[in-house]
Amino acid sequence: MISKKIYILLLAFCIPIYIKAQQTPAPKQTKSVLILNATAHLGNGTVIENSAIGFKDGKITLVADSKTIRLAANAYDTTIDATGKHVYPGFIAPNSTLGLVEIDAVQSSDDQEEIGNFNPNVRSIIAYNADSKVIETVRPNGILIAQVTPRGGRISGTSSIVQLDAWSWQDALIKENDGIHLNFPSNFKRTGSWFEPGPIEANKDYAKQIEEINAFLINSKAYLGAPPKERNLIFESTKGLFDGTQTLFIHANEEKQIIDAIQIARDNEIKKVVIVGGYEAYKTADLLQKNNIGVLLKRVHDMPQSDDQDVNLPYKMAKILTDKGIVVGLENSGEMERMSTRNLPFLAGTCAAFGLDKEQALQLITSNTAKLLSIDELCGTLETGKDATLFISEGDALDMRTNKLTNAFVQGRMINLETHQTKLNKKYKEKYNQK
Amino acid sequence: MKKALLLLFLSTFLTKTYAQEYFPNNESIHSKNNNYTVFTNTTIYITPTQKIEKGTLLIQDGKVVGAGNNIAIPKNSITINLEGKTIYPSFIDIYTTFGEEKPKAYSGGRNPLYDTKRAGYYWNESIRSEINAYESFKYDQPKAEELLKAGFGVVGTHIPDGIARGTGVLIALNNNNNSTRILSSKATNHFAFTRSITTNQAYPSSLMGMMALLRQMYLDLDWYKKGNSTTKDLSLEALASNEKLTQIFTTEDKLNSLRAAKIAKEFGLNYVLKGSGNEFERIEEIKKTNAPFIIPINFPEAYDVSNPYLSNQLELSDLRFWNQAPTNLKVLSDNGIIFALTTDKLKKTEDFRTNLIKAIKYGFDKTKALEALTTIPAAILGKSNEIGSLKNGSYANFVITSGEIFDEKTVLYENWVQGSKYVVNDINAKDIRGNYDLTVDATTYKWKIDGTSTAQKSEITTADAKKITSTFSVTNNWVSLLIRSKDSTKADYTRLTGLIENTQKLSGKAILPNGNEVQWTATKTAPFVTVKDSAKTEKLNPIMPVTFPNRAFGNSKKLMAQTILFKNATVWTNEKEGILEETDVLIKNGKIAAIGKNLSDASATIIDAKGKHLTSGIIDEHSHIAISNGVNESGHNSSAEVTIEDVVNPEDINIYRDLAGGVTISQLLHGSANPIGGRSAIVKWKWGQPAEEMLYKNQPKFIKFALGENVKQSNWGITNPTRYPQTRMGVEQVFTDYFQRAKEYDATWKKYNSGSKKEKAPRVDLELQTIAEIINKERFITCHSYIESEILMLMNVADKFNFRVNTFTHILEGYKVADKMKEHGVGASTFSDWWAYKFEVNDAIPFNGPIMHNEGIVVAYNSDDAEMSRRLNQEAAKAVKYGNISEEDAWKFVTLNPAKLLHIDDKVGSLKIGKDADVVLWSTNPLSIYAKAEKTIIEGVVYYDISKETEQELAIAKERSELIGQLLQEKNKGASTQEPKKKEKKEYHCDTLEQ
Repeated sequence: MISKKIYILLLAFCIPIYIKAQQTPAPKQTKSVLILNATAHLGNGTVIENSAIGFKDGKITLVADSKTIRLAANAYDTTIDATGKHVYPGFIAPNSTLGLVEIDAVQSSDDQEEIGNFNPNVRSIIAYNADSKVIETVRPNGILIAQVTPRGGRISGTSSIVQLDAWSWQDALIKENDGIHLNFPSNFKRTGSWFEPGPIEANKDYAKQIEEINAFLINSKAYLGAPPKERNLIFESTKGLFDGTQTLFIHANEEKQIIDAIQIARDNEIKKVVIVGGYEAYKTADLLQKNNIGVLLKRVHDMPQSDDQDVNLPYKMAKILTDKGIVVGLENSGEMERMSTRNLPFLAGTCAAFGLDKEQALQLITSNTAKLLSIDELCGTLETGKDATLFISEGDALDMRTNKLTNAFVQGRMINLETHQTKLNKKYKEKYNQK
Repeated sequence: MKKALLLLFLSTFLTKTYAQEYFPNNESIHSKNNNYTVFTNTTIYITPTQKIEKGTLLIQDGKVVGAGNNIAIPKNSITINLEGKTIYPSFIDIYTTFGEEKPKAYSGGRNPLYDTKRAGYYWNESIRSEINAYESFKYDQPKAEELLKAGFGVVGTHIPDGIARGTGVLIALNNNNNSTRILSSKATNHFAFTRSITTNQAYPSSLMGMMALLRQMYLDLDWYKKGNSTTKDLSLEALASNEKLTQIFTTEDKLNSLRAAKIAKEFGLNYVLKGSGNEFERIEEIKKTNAPFIIPINFPEAYDVSNPYLSNQLELSDLRFWNQAPTNLKVLSDNGIIFALTTDKLKKTEDFRTNLIKAIKYGFDKTKALEALTTIPAAILGKSNEIGSLKNGSYANFVITSGEIFDEKTVLYENWVQGSKYVVNDINAKDIRGNYDLTVDATTYKWKIDGTSTAQKSEITTADAKKITSTFSVTNNWVSLLIRSKDSTKADYTRLTGLIENTQKLSGKAILPNGNEVQWTATKTAPFVTVKDSAKTEKLNPIMPVTFPNRAFGNSKKLMAQTILFKNATVWTNEKEGILEETDVLIKNGKIAAIGKNLSDASATIIDAKGKHLTSGIIDEHSHIAISNGVNESGHNSSAEVTIEDVVNPEDINIYRDLAGGVTISQLLHGSANPIGGRSAIVKWKWGQPAEEMLYKNQPKFIKFALGENVKQSNWGITNPTRYPQTRMGVEQVFTDYFQRAKEYDATWKKYNSGSKKEKAPRVDLELQTIAEIINKERFITCHSYIESEILMLMNVADKFNFRVNTFTHILEGYKVADKMKEHGVGASTFSDWWAYKFEVNDAIPFNGPIMHNEGIVVAYNSDDAEMSRRLNQEAAKAVKYGNISEEDAWKFVTLNPAKLLHIDDKVGSLKIGKDADVVLWSTNPLSIYAKAEKTIIEGVVYYDISKETEQELAIAKERSELIGQLLQEKNKGASTQEPKKKEKKEYHCDTLEQ
């Protein structure tokens, strides 16, 4: 009886979507929505079969087992029967350059890296192109939130967190200036030219480069203690690191780097630190755990860095770190990072293939990342009071075969899952139908 | 005393007499010395295996005139009694750059030159066969002395630059006479896999390009020699006239040695291969080359592993190579390989002896060592009658030693070259080691002289055993000693000198601090005794076993095909039977023997595959892993003459990683830097086997073509492009032009071959020959392609020349022209979801594969990427996600369909009785993200087994720590060490230009 009604409602709901122009951001949620009978993966490790997930005015108002809960027939304006389907919190892509570059090889479309070495004052958000064609292609795979992060230099700049259905960067903001990104110096340095690379040798300037970071942080802190009349925009922009409103994201992969980085952060009384990359974080797990520092683990669809290592080591790292009690999120920087953002769920899936429980694997791209980005009050799980940024998939969203989204919501707004690519798909299907 | 003077006289005398006979002499009058020099009572090695005790060596005019026990000594002989000493033939190093300057590197900027501007020479500037080392040779006295001290009497030298490097000259290290030094102005002819540094000519930019260039060069040489050319080519003329010389090919690597041997075999050449010291890692194949070798002994220094953060960068292969390198000579020798030794690549010439002794400690036979330094290099040069032995008529090139030459304690006294003496250590130096009572001006000291016989050391103490500062030296049998005053507040010295006559009692004149001269005496109280420190007898490092390949995850022995029965698997047949549940599969003799229910085979290993999935191996249609030194020959806009088959690197760890991802076969493609790329290699990943064994047997011929941004160099950052084409318009013209020329070339040859062959033969052109194969439908094209327009263009060009394009690879806009592709009959090998990395992939969509598939095109998903290659099962699953393709069909995207595109589906690509047993056992549905390849099998051989994971990791960790232990000990012993370094890994993609 319910199902018929839902079917009609569903139709009513769907039709306007398809006649909309592509990638037009959805309007503010005015009608409440109830998703019924889906398997809900809350993102905190819990699964509710036959769930009832409701949201109003952009916020989740109900997360329950549909068998045990009783709702008034008109409690929600719209009901979606998602029997046999799965509901997930929107996936979060941290350390991302979405919206900063459109086409890799077209230099004029590239806005990800400012010149100079210490650029905490440089803010990624103002270059974020909410209309990027790449962004619309990641949403149909469940990625609804991203941390837009600049690249390059010792301190690349300041990142901000956005939701991926917006008219402009201002509209997109979930959290402005959430963190500052430090590329920790490496213990190694490449030699030779790009054409004839030499061996990788010890970086003789390592200590000096660390001292530069230290000096920078000490000076920033001193400046902030009693700002002189003449303003220093660079020092000023680090304020959040010392008062705990911003996170220092330290990009480091080597064991020694991580140890030195933690030391420097502690010496300078930086409140919140996250390691980004963390290839050898598993070797420093105890230290990380003791200091309550989480890791945004580098793209796990990667090669082992040494020929001697277990060929599947990158796939196993999330499991190793999780078992040690570290909060782990997955990030996807590297070659073709923007367009392959849409494969983020499959990175998590691979971690599950190599040891993690599937719900733990899901946390790697939802609640854990939200914690590490300090947006866990707003998103990362399906819990009441949080943003209704979530989606319905026909099946297991961590598996390619079944990651097929039927609906996605950003802050309660049902977004358009069409893309430039689906449009071309339709166009050429049409071509072959014409014959 | 008398003898010393005589010898001194003799050597000065000899220097005076030499001059070329017919030269005018205005400085004196004619004086020819026909005297003999005779060495008596000595042990003589006439050859390494012919030893004479108490023998006599007679030389005259720089040559040996007699050696043996009953040599008549002519009256006009100068006799030198060498009782207790030993004479060996001097060493020969035929591979040096002695007296040659490094050519000047090209310095005209970074813009490459595509076509040479020099005339009268070969078209490629790395072919420098017209260069003769003798023309630029300058005798380098200091370097000669280093070599003489190391025991060398003759060296070959050349200019190490370019691919054909020209001739080398043979030099006697005769410090006294420049007229007889040159033994042979052209002794050797040199080749290598190295571009000339003197040119900016772009071709060849890769190793495969160098191999192709060498082949074309030899073909052109043959054609030129037959008088077919209308123009002069001095490079080819030089090659022709130097054909009879010893041909030395510098490979600097075991795999390159095999590659050079391959060229030698093709052209009936005999190269002497200059290796690198890693031959032991592939000794079986090295042996099969049947080539003589020249081997360096620059063993790696121990790594300083005291900093664990740095040393963890070292890979097992580096650590092992350090450990195993000293055994190379033993392994070569044990395998009957003929080789000479060289000082090449040594940091210091004096390390030669140290390293050779090390090799001997690790089992290299001393006689073989001597042969490798004397008779073998002489034989390699065809000069056994002149050098390398002390047979009559040979040059009087020999060393005099205190004993057995490769004994650590042995002293090398003199090195005679062409009868001219070079003193290394004074043969008459008296050994005054011992304890003395020294009396000077009524003061008595204790004087202890020890050290080695050639480097004696002394220590002075007072009668009451207080050490006194002193300086000591012995030269030409004169001892001198400087004793500081006992009163340390004063800088007063007593100077002692004395000629050594009686080693029991030394004496001489002392000058006291006040200037008074007095006599001093020192009476021996105790003779010198060698401290026998049994603890110091060097413990050799245990040598790690070689694996195939010699690195982590290498196999310790050759793997054999097994008979395996998989029980109750879910079997993806890729045949009309589809996916079979609870089914057994038997593999036997490398083939799929049976598929069905309740199979049994007594000889089979049973694997319980319940709940698991069995499929045929993944085939990666587009891969660039396991390629040595360059994936692109970008030096020409067409490089059809190059082939990846030449440069398959069987030791790349990515092979093993691919196996771990269920990949059994890959097509290794040339890159996409030029419109007509190179020929492909289809390989089976038989990890551990040599490259030749990995090549797919009777493989269909393929060539890579490319279109678009890469071939028009859009993203190369070139400001002033000079290479045609720079637009898609030009690309079409390049194709049309090459096909037209190939067609004409083919016609010319067909006409010639069917005629009387009396007219001049056409020139063989490897490039056009290859392109003609395409027109003749003997070779298939795999074409890198992106956008609609260019896809249509190539099919159009093919239609005009009446052939079919076999495969479009990448083909990201294939969905736009699927109908036309279908009509043409071309297949597609694409990416599942790549896009936006360059402008031409802006319209790439993940629905591309499914649309083409639905239009009836054979569609494959490939990797073009070392990392993604090991997850192709996941990529196939994306066809299910984006295109709702059935799982059965999606799986074919990475198995049967690429097999079809490669025309190898008769043997691989599905599970069918009689096909190759290339199978993968998966933990679950292979399209699932949760699937893991558990066993990867090729022709019945299990090359990857996930159950061995822990065992392998433990073994690697254990070996690493053992080797690190050895290295730490080495450092403790005071060995010089090097900082850990790591090789930059280069994973190739289509557009990778660097080597």
